[in-house]
Amino acid sequence: MNGSEFVPLSLTPLLIGVLAAVACALPGNFLVLRRQALIGDAISHVVLPGIVVAFLLTGVIAAWPMMLGAAGAAVVAVVLIEAIRRLGRIEPGAAMGVVFTTMFAAGVLLLEQTDTSTVHLDVEHALYGNLESLIWLDATGWASLLDPVALAGLPVELARILVTLIGVAGFIWLFWRALKLSTFDAGFARTLGIRTNLLGLALVIVAAVAAVAAFDAVGSIIVIAMFICPPAAARMMTNTLEGQVGWSVIFAILSAVLGYVLAGYGPLWLGARDAVSAAGMIATISGLILALAARFGPCRTRSGAPVQV
Amino acid sequence: MLRDALLLQLGYNATLVAVGATLLGISAGVTGTFLFLRKRALVSDAISHATLPGICLAFLLMVALGGDGRSLPGLLAGSALSAWIGLLCLNWLTRNTRLAEDAAIGAVLSVFFGFGIVLLTVIQTLGVGRQAGLEGFLLGSTAGMLWADALVIALGGAGTLALILLIRRPMTLVAFDPEYAAARGVPVHRVDLAMMGLVMAVTVIGLKIVGLILIVALLIIPPVTARFWTERSDRVVLLSGLTGGLAGYLGAAISASAPNLPTGPIIVLVAFAFFALSLLVAPGRGVLAALLRHLRFQRRVHLRQGLLALAQGQPIYEQLTLRLLRRADLVRADGVATDAGRARAAKALRDEKRWQIVRADHAHEAAAALYDGLRDIETVLTRDQIAEIDSRIGGPQEVLA
Repeated sequence: MNGSEFVPLSLTPLLIGVLAAVACALPGNFLVLRRQALIGDAISHVVLPGIVVAFLLTGVIAAWPMMLGAAGAAVVAVVLIEAIRRLGRIEPGAAMGVVFTTMFAAGVLLLEQTDTSTVHLDVEHALYGNLESLIWLDATGWASLLDPVALAGLPVELARILVTLIGVAGFIWLFWRALKLSTFDAGFARTLGIRTNLLGLALVIVAAVAAVAAFDAVGSIIVIAMFICPPAAARMMTNTLEGQVGWSVIFAILSAVLGYVLAGYGPLWLGARDAVSAAGMIATISGLILALAARFGPCRTRSGAPVQV
Repeated sequence: MLRDALLLQLGYNATLVAVGATLLGISAGVTGTFLFLRKRALVSDAISHATLPGICLAFLLMVALGGDGRSLPGLLAGSALSAWIGLLCLNWLTRNTRLAEDAAIGAVLSVFFGFGIVLLTVIQTLGVGRQAGLEGFLLGSTAGMLWADALVIALGGAGTLALILLIRRPMTLVAFDPEYAAARGVPVHRVDLAMMGLVMAVTVIGLKIVGLILIVALLIIPPVTARFWTERSDRVVLLSGLTGGLAGYLGAAISASAPNLPTGPIIVLVAFAFFALSLLVAPGRGVLAALLRHLRFQRRVHLRQGLLALAQGQPIYEQLTLRLLRRADLVRADGVATDAGRARAAKALRDEKRWQIVRADHAHEAAAALYDGLRDIETVLTRDQIAEIDSRIGGPQEVLA
């Protein structure tokens, strides 16, 4: 594999995969610790109706309306979950299950009802994404990285996910102390004057933004897997939050790179002709990493907690 | 058209789908209730997503053995196997590592589903068999449903219901109080696994009609809906089965009545309509009932405060209080108390004084704890006790001329 083949065909999908994985894994750390891990699952389901509604309103498949639609749907879902939980006094898991399945069903129905045969919009695409198609046609080799003309032809998804990653990392860096306190001891954080409710909502919204941006590039499977698997595996490696975030970034990058390479080249090594789904493979690799961490990680057991029946 | 559909007059396939969906709805509603009461509703999400790799592997295996790979029982057996493995992974993660259950659910769900997607693309690139059917399991596809498929669903649903009938008592016990169940000698872990096994069975038989992404809705929404209407677990189970069955039947009928109405999503949306209705109008736990309760409480507070103000000769400016007093004929339109009003006001003031003494007296500590400013003292103390308190207050004094 030389540069003239690797740079246009594999470099950008690989980068986008890595950036998306890290952007999801960062807020995922806090979601896992706060026992809100399934928010990512819920968001990635409700993105579908958001995108379909955005398409119905604008009539075009364009990035920004869809991102707005998806983000709007995520916010609607979070509000609905909270409303149903409070009004009906239903446990949060069930409230979540009611909302995201219904919104997903509505999305599928809308999709079936509208004529989307002319455009590339379907449920399968929403699930697996199209990481492999995000190629950089203007590149001819490694030299293109310094060529402004070729750089202008980079897929827009790359810039978008990069901006999202910077935003997510910035949020976590800015609110690090408040997030840490409110995650581990919400009562104490409140006595210090930290608005824990607001912070919790902000975290969910940041997660939603990361999910939507990543979803746009790589599909919802990676989003759920990256929200949960790298942070969960990192949780088995260390007892400090700093260490956990660091490990989760390493695991996210590792899953993205290994997953992409195995999906793209693994079948060729085995003698098959075509590649398999990169998104699915990245999720699978992150699961393998989690399995290894859960079996051999130094901090894998609950220390001091009573055994649950 | 809808009437024909509801009366099962739209032909063989539509009838099969409607019957299958009804049976599925009943068994999903009944099974889901235990899951919901155990507060593990979202485990079903992990189980349903974990079916995908099994479907694909079963297909590959059947093709490798020379079959056409589309036999429903074979695919369902594969899906059950991989869902079971996913369930064991989930259990192992929550019991043996520090991960909370939600993280374990998310991990199993995404990894199994991701692996399933990989296998799906493998099947696509192999270009063997008639693979188009496999994507149908994601969202369900009822178009080509056969008599044999419906039979599998019916038998599976009946078997699930029979099993639930057998182990419903330990499951209820574990759902409400696992510690007590363990103390009674009920094997909690095994009962949990059995519960999840039943959920898995429902998921597997629901793959054909609603698909693996939306089967979760049939397991969660009917129990939540039923819970609004009753406080007894056996009635929740029955109601949930009823709502689920009704949603399945109506959903299948509506989807058969017009083109472009996919069965699975319509069933889910019908179930959600039932849920929304219950959330609003259910007695006791519904939103409207809560609103009425709040208004009634507000009125009692205002009336009480108004009476106390009347008794102490203070002017009342608050409009709601005045309106309530006037409507009860306790004050006249100009704000002056009627005879009935004066009597009620005097009673309210005396009650307040009685409460004051009760709360100051350690002998009445238990009764004093019930004071909330609204409770009638007669509902808390006996007539003798009240007479004793009154003797301490002293009766009305005659005013000398």
